[in-house]
Amino acid sequence: MSAPAITAQPCGKPPRAKWRRRSVLPGFGLSLGYTLVYLSLIVLLPLAGLAISSASLGWNEFWAIAFDPRVSAALQLSFGAAMLAAIVNTVFGVLIAWVLVRYRFPGRRWLDAAVDLPFALPTAVAGIALATLYAPNGVFGAFLENVLGVKVGFSALGVVFALMFVGLPFVVRTVQPVLEEIDRETEEVSATLGAGRFRTVTRVILPAMFPAILTGFALSFARGVGEYGSVIFIANNLPFESEIAPLLIVIKLDEHNYAGATAIATIMLVIAFVMLFVINLLQAWSRKWFGHD
Amino acid sequence: MHRRMIGALVALSLGACGASSNEVTLLNASFDPTGDLYEEFNAAFSANYRTPDGKRVSIGMSHAGSGKQSRSVIDGLPADVVTLALENDIDQIARRTGKIPENWRTLLPANSSPYTSTIVFLVRKGNPKAIRDWDDLARTGVSVITPNPKTSGGARWNYLAAWAYADRRFGGDEARTAQFVGAIYRNAAKLDSGARGSTTTFSKQGTGDVLITWENEAYHLLIESSHGEFELVYPSMSIKAEPPVAVVPGNADRHNARKVAEDYLLHLYSPEGQRIIARNYFRPTDPTAADPEDLKRFHPVEMVSIDDPLFGGWTAAQKKHFDANGLFDRIYQPASKP
Amino acid sequence: MTEAEKAATAQQRRQKQAIGEGPITRGVLIALALAFLGVMLIAPLLVVFIEAFGRGVGVFFEALTSPHTLSALQLTLLVAAIAVPANLVFGVAAAWAIAKFDFKGKAFLLTLIDLPFAVSPVVSGLIFVLLFGANSALGPLLDSYGVKILFAVPGIVLATIFITFPFIARELIPLMQQQGSSEEEAAISLGAGGWRTFFLVTLPNVKWGLLYGVLLCNARAMGEFGAVSVVSGHIRGQTNTLPLHIEILYHDNKAAAAFAVASLLALLALVTLAVKSILEARFAGSLAAQRRH
Repeated sequence: MSAPAITAQPCGKPPRAKWRRRSVLPGFGLSLGYTLVYLSLIVLLPLAGLAISSASLGWNEFWAIAFDPRVSAALQLSFGAAMLAAIVNTVFGVLIAWVLVRYRFPGRRWLDAAVDLPFALPTAVAGIALATLYAPNGVFGAFLENVLGVKVGFSALGVVFALMFVGLPFVVRTVQPVLEEIDRETEEVSATLGAGRFRTVTRVILPAMFPAILTGFALSFARGVGEYGSVIFIANNLPFESEIAPLLIVIKLDEHNYAGATAIATIMLVIAFVMLFVINLLQAWSRKWFGHD
Repeated sequence: MHRRMIGALVALSLGACGASSNEVTLLNASFDPTGDLYEEFNAAFSANYRTPDGKRVSIGMSHAGSGKQSRSVIDGLPADVVTLALENDIDQIARRTGKIPENWRTLLPANSSPYTSTIVFLVRKGNPKAIRDWDDLARTGVSVITPNPKTSGGARWNYLAAWAYADRRFGGDEARTAQFVGAIYRNAAKLDSGARGSTTTFSKQGTGDVLITWENEAYHLLIESSHGEFELVYPSMSIKAEPPVAVVPGNADRHNARKVAEDYLLHLYSPEGQRIIARNYFRPTDPTAADPEDLKRFHPVEMVSIDDPLFGGWTAAQKKHFDANGLFDRIYQPASKP
Repeated sequence: MTEAEKAATAQQRRQKQAIGEGPITRGVLIALALAFLGVMLIAPLLVVFIEAFGRGVGVFFEALTSPHTLSALQLTLLVAAIAVPANLVFGVAAAWAIAKFDFKGKAFLLTLIDLPFAVSPVVSGLIFVLLFGANSALGPLLDSYGVKILFAVPGIVLATIFITFPFIARELIPLMQQQGSSEEEAAISLGAGGWRTFFLVTLPNVKWGLLYGVLLCNARAMGEFGAVSVVSGHIRGQTNTLPLHIEILYHDNKAAAAFAVASLLALLALVTLAVKSILEARFAGSLAAQRRH
């Protein structure tokens, strides 16, 4: 997807009294019916299966698995690395959006197109490419290790780099349209009133962009938490060190430990729900207070 | 529209398992390092073999980690034969699905292991860390590459080989043995989930001083890397890795392929099969059939068997060492994260 | 030029500077953005092509024409050919229901449609293992009728449909919401039927957005790794998709071949991005909506 995929609502509010407002257009029953059936078959039914399997574990077993030190370490890593990657992506994503919207320079269109690369490039391809670059004998890996003494490939830091790759476009593509719509007049007023450029940026522009930035951050984070394909090639998958939660699900499955796999999957699913909820709230907030979405 | 889609899916699924009528299709679910072996062996088998009613046989391969393959067969992968790294992985299929008889290990010669291997070390050119034996792997400052024994069948043999050595060295003192093996695993720079991942880590990504690996994998790497990047080191003591094979009657019977599946596995024991096995760096059970040039590669090394009283067979070893909260969990976890 | 004019020009210049940045800041920001995108996105892409030809053109073509690669390519195309149209029909139905009508629970429905975005690919695979595996209720039942879902093409198709579920709906919904329904209402009141209205009025209005959604959906469908890896069974020549084939080659010590196949998918990504850029440049008006949600 190119832009964050979150709720946009029609301008007019539906009247409260009826379930739906009458319309002259046909096909409501058919289209909504098909939507609900397809949604139920493809998404809801399989997810319900997970919930049922998980419920059959019982609380005690569920908590025992969730608080198993190795599982908590994996969950912590998945969240910590996703958080770190989202923070870096937010800083650079805003910078890139700014450069793309405000400046004109040769190659700008190319740059703009390149931002979407992680959306289009399969994660396995990204994974082997990143592993080759950041391996101790890779171009970047050798540089980082010999010159800076930092080990990226096959370490927890490798996880962060992979997540930065997959999450970057979310921030850029959320911030960019908002930045395009910001009224330059407000900036001019701020400047005329004697505010310096730095002050104008931090006091006028950034606050207006804040909801979009937060949404981009949340999307980048949500994507990072569940990422698997690109990470397993570049991380060294050591328990307690660089083993992410999705990998641990795969490992539990391969150990015939369905209960363990199910429990971790359920935790991740609940978190995905919460993330979506938060993102939707952010968007609603943004619409309400800043008039754009 | 929806009905048409389901129809298409069903048609596809039927198409995927049926084959043309003048051919029998077998599916062999194997573990990672046997890719080249079975590519050659399948071609040889298909070339000459005909069913009693004159049909040809084509063999499909599925390769992944041994544990993953076991899980897939349990969940319905329609493998007619399984050729895995560990007895336990086949036992699990037998126990959980009943598709394989419990006594499968007695149904084929040599404990159902037509080929064996052993655990060796691969080090970098010139052996810069002077690695000669298991003791050198437990030294501080040595970076070890080995797959995770919890997920990789191959890696369990690695672990047990180290255990057997340490057991002898400390005269059966289990606490000190565990301490020693734990030290080796704490030296692990990367614990891949499969043997293949570890080989990639060591060879392509330049990580680690020593790779603990199967002899056949080591030779593969030695021969594929043309410029003498690596050297092979035989430890003073190792383990006899016996990767087992079995027919899955529960799957083969469904398309009347049990006889073909049995013949296929028996052919592994034939002179032709044994010759192909030796050529692909596995140790043949019947060396007389193999090319002597191939046999020269296999250095004599003292090998403990899994049936040695020290381990008492796979069921006991699995339970003691690798099950949840088994010895491996205990020696690896607390020390790695205080 | 009078003194007053000079003063005015200077004032203007100052003001202009106050709402923009000086050339140095500008240069530094552009350089930073370029460097970050270069290291994070462009370098991995280059590595894929460099490594693909690293062992010569011969190895490259040999890898691409090997039977396993060709069958993986075939399967990948087949999976995309089923998953993309399935999600296309769903996307259009959902967009029609959600954009053209007002009803309660719309926001909740949108969240449900978004759900597969936030679910880890591994979890997406796991739910189908739980649903159709040997321990499930459904698996043995279907199996007794000779229907294979797991470790066969249908399982791979299902997992891919799940993963790419929201892509097209999410492009269409905001676009159709923005366009409103006055044109359709006019067509209906002039006596056109529902389907006719849809094909002659709605579809032409959203065709570029639709194409764009199809492209992204297709890129993801062909590149999916984590979910497919869990349900595939890795049968060579039968259930290996291109991304899975890349992993096998990579771990089989055939890095050059792995990158050769990866370059095929990278090329697909580049084509996707190119078409997307062209669409955006040419049809900026009718695509504007997705920059806005």
